[in-house]
Amino acid sequence: MKFFFHIGRYFDLLGKVLSVPEKFSIFRKQVIVEIDNLGIDSLGIVAIISVFIGAVATIQTAFNTDHPLLPDYAVGFATRQMLILEFSPTMIALILAGKVGSRIASEIGSMRVTEQIDALEAMGVNSASYLILPKIIAAVFINPFLVIISIFLGLCGGWLVSKFTDVLPISHYMSGILLEFSQYDITYALIKTVVFAFLITTISGYFGYYTKGGALDVGNSSTKAVVFSSIFIIFFNLVLTQILLA
Amino acid sequence: MIKVTNLWKYFDNVAVIEDITVSFHKGMTNLIIGQSGSGKTVLLKCIMGLLEAEKGNILYDGQDFIKMDSAKKQLLRKEMGVLFQGGALFDSLTVEENIMFPLNMFTKYSKEEKLERVNFCLNRVNLGKVNKLYPSELSGGMKKRVAIARAIANNPKYLFCDEPNSGLDPKTAIVIDKLIKEITEEYNITTIINTHDMNSVMEIGARVAFIHQGKLWWEGSNNDILFSSNKELNSFVYASELLKKLK
Ligand SMILES: Nc1ncnc2c1ncn2[C@@H]1O[C@H](COP(=O)(O)OP(=O)(O)OP(=O)(O)O)[C@@H](O)[C@H]1O
Ligand SMILES: [Mg+2]
Repeated sequence: MKFFFHIGRYFDLLGKVLSVPEKFSIFRKQVIVEIDNLGIDSLGIVAIISVFIGAVATIQTAFNTDHPLLPDYAVGFATRQMLILEFSPTMIALILAGKVGSRIASEIGSMRVTEQIDALEAMGVNSASYLILPKIIAAVFINPFLVIISIFLGLCGGWLVSKFTDVLPISHYMSGILLEFSQYDITYALIKTVVFAFLITTISGYFGYYTKGGALDVGNSSTKAVVFSSIFIIFFNLVLTQILLA
Repeated sequence: MIKVTNLWKYFDNVAVIEDITVSFHKGMTNLIIGQSGSGKTVLLKCIMGLLEAEKGNILYDGQDFIKMDSAKKQLLRKEMGVLFQGGALFDSLTVEENIMFPLNMFTKYSKEEKLERVNFCLNRVNLGKVNKLYPSELSGGMKKRVAIARAIANNPKYLFCDEPNSGLDPKTAIVIDKLIKEITEEYNITTIINTHDMNSVMEIGARVAFIHQGKLWWEGSNNDILFSSNKELNSFVYASELLKKLK
């Protein structure tokens, strides 16, 4: 029952959020700030994780597919597909759900418990839209770039492994990652990314916006934001994969 | 004028506001007084529509606020200035940006005009040279004064102050009280002030409504309050030994 209550209230909030901004000049500034807060700020962690996962994926695939019948390019090809199809869009989204989601929920939640949201409302500002819409737009815009960067750096990770170890020859790796490249895979990754960015920002915004109580409850909201963003990312990953690839 | 009739507000089936009927007049400082927990903040938030009252009517200069759609409400709210009990300053913005916020949002003033207005408002609350500070860098009383400056920045038609001088020293408290009274009379604002400070009542209580346990017990002006025979009001007014002796 509670589940339906939350779903109903979530869509109710979305209705308020998705409205034309009061003043476009202010909105534009907010979006730029959020691109910085939510996107540029996450670049470091995305980069580190991607390089290492790319490297580890290459090593693992090489060790586990060490069979004379498998072609030379198999390892590079598998690494690339894994990065594009699942790791970069989905795993990075999960990491961002933790980093960005908790940030959004605690920022908005603390504004709620210190009556700053009441203050916005009392001034005649649509607080839901003012606080959440810039975050949605910023994340939907910047996350695809993060994912592209992640794919690229993941491939670099694999390249480093083949260059500096004798796990596999670099020529095999290169022929693998260049093999049968399909643009649709990138499209698929980016569609997922945009959907996940929307889920993270709206779900975290929702839990922050409806925080009740004090500082402790802000912590609670932020935990819920991460948990539910992650669950919905996983769920929609399945749904989207079924729709887009089947 | 703001007219409240037969207002009820419940929290978890317990009435916190019970059948309150009261009017707040233009160009006057209308005080709501009462003990801590009597329901002053809840009443004020119901009047502003931040809490939804279960029953009753609220008229803003004849316009039915309860029945208004949200677009109209938003329009009316642009004419409200609010000082929250905790200040409710935006902590990601500097003092200057806080006060400028309603101006940025709803006016077409140039940058210079806005800055001038900010400094004018800061001056009126006896603050200088705090423009670039963040709320976390201010003392409690300074926050309060900045919040007042923000409330009056956009020349409100209705001004709501929830305990404007709690946490201030007696001298600043009187300055703030007088300031609110001055601008109320000067700009013909309908001002509602929550307080439990008897000094404020005597200083600026042109109209006083006494709330006790969610009900309206007494209404009048500060001239009558000392001579009322209402038992609850007396126990509130003469809470201190000093006043008891004076009586
Ligand atoms: N959000 C809420 N949920 C449940 N009960 C509430 C809520 N807000 C206020 N109350 C209750 O309503 C009553 C009146 O509270 P209110 O904040 O209006 O008091 P007040 O007169 O403003 O007191 P003070 O002078 O201390 O600020 C209190 O008993 C309080 O517990
Ligand atoms: Mg109060």
